[in-house]
Amino acid sequence: MSNPEGLKYSKDHEWAKFDGDVATIGITDYAQNSLGDIVYVELPRVGQSLAEHAQIGVVESVKAVSDLFNPVAGEVVEVNPVLEKDPAAVNRDAFGEGWMYKIKVTGGAPGDLLSAADYEKLVASI
Amino acid sequence: MSPSTSSGQGLARTPLYAEHVALGGRMVGFGGFEMPVQYAGILKEHDAVRNRAGMFDLSHMAQYELRGAGVAAWADALTVNEVGTMKSLQARYNIFTNERGGCHDDVLFYRLADRWLLVVNAGNAAKMWPYLQAAAAGHADVELRSHHGSRALIAVQGPRAVEIVAPLCDIDVASMKYYFCDEGHVDGAPAVIARTGYTGEDGFELFVEGADAPRLWNLLLERGAPLGLEPAGLGARDVLRLEAGMPLYGHELEEDISPLAGGQAWAVKFRKPGFVGKAALVSQHDAGDYDRIAGVVLEGRVPARAGYAVFKDGERIGEVRSASLAPSAGNRNVATVLLKKSAAELGTVLGIEVRGTLQDATVVALPFYRRPGARKDG
Repeated sequence: MSNPEGLKYSKDHEWAKFDGDVATIGITDYAQNSLGDIVYVELPRVGQSLAEHAQIGVVESVKAVSDLFNPVAGEVVEVNPVLEKDPAAVNRDAFGEGWMYKIKVTGGAPGDLLSAADYEKLVASI
Repeated sequence: MSPSTSSGQGLARTPLYAEHVALGGRMVGFGGFEMPVQYAGILKEHDAVRNRAGMFDLSHMAQYELRGAGVAAWADALTVNEVGTMKSLQARYNIFTNERGGCHDDVLFYRLADRWLLVVNAGNAAKMWPYLQAAAAGHADVELRSHHGSRALIAVQGPRAVEIVAPLCDIDVASMKYYFCDEGHVDGAPAVIARTGYTGEDGFELFVEGADAPRLWNLLLERGAPLGLEPAGLGARDVLRLEAGMPLYGHELEEDISPLAGGQAWAVKFRKPGFVGKAALVSQHDAGDYDRIAGVVLEGRVPARAGYAVFKDGERIGEVRSASLAPSAGNRNVATVLLKKSAAELGTVLGIEVRGTLQDATVVALPFYRRPGARKDG
């Protein structure tokens, strides 16, 4: 699957979609495919303040536990309620129904996030 | 995210390596070989084996051949289960023990008309081969030969396995009993065909020459596809065996975990006159207070992992040895835990520490899953 234009990507394989001062955060299709069948997602709580690059949750597949890092500093305003009962939504649609949380951005978009084209180059180099 | 990648450095390849790559298998190191951990996905492959059929490459496992009039007595002195009482063409689970009663390896013996086949874990082959050679030295009537790496092993497992395998065989495998075997041909290729497996389903294991393996693999896939056969990797195999309550060496059994502690007391035949570790096992059995493997079902959606600490009333009383989501056990998270005896009673509620929080887990009887009509081999 191609990485949608218009999203920003972290080197830790998260994506961020900016809409005004709110960013929606998820993991990329490359990340979900690498993990395999996702069985549990541990997300931050609404109201929590998250630093950039902070480890703020985990994604667990049948075989492995992976840390989830926050790509944009801010305060969590919503988490995806679907993922508690249906974590496989991340496998099915990482950029859509598998989104993870929304954050009210406090410091603007960080400069080290990648464009879709640059993220594809990063993935191709792995 | 931090997805891991694997590298194939220093690893051997089975005769089916090219097939795995062509099928999109995700290759990882296991037991010294590059093996497919999954193709389409662990849960999809698990579902195929439980409801239709899955096919595994198990060529990484070490195949040894034993010949000679002294094999049965020799093997009976090294293992906990009975070898000499095996009928011709029978297969039987067994465990090689150390002097302390711990497990050197868990294996399968297959008794053929003129020889024996012994299959040991890939990860233990490096210690088992010299161990067996040393044990056979001085026994003129025991001849030992390794086919590790040159012979292949293809397993077809699942309720449709017999429909897929039988039409390709020149012997009647449909009426073959569970845990029996015979020699024949699969599409003309010489094979030992056994009704054994490590999934909790009906199925066959086909021991064939490495040179014949790719053709047979592709033929089985072609014939089996209309019946729902899919290639399945080691990831699905681990979930299937855990649900079926089957031990995995390095998890439920180890040099420091005895067959009694590992839940395999059924395989220990104390009536045998003497075998390596018997004295230690007798005293462990008589004292009865040893730590032991128990099955648990977790209450929540948070999975456990091997190595997590287990608590009861604030005291650390054990450790998780294997864990997985178990689709065939109500889609719950299950685990095996090595526990103090006092905590292993059925119904005991334990706490498994996951990232600093205790998750409730209840001790249940093993196995987590039993197929309808299944019975355990003695």
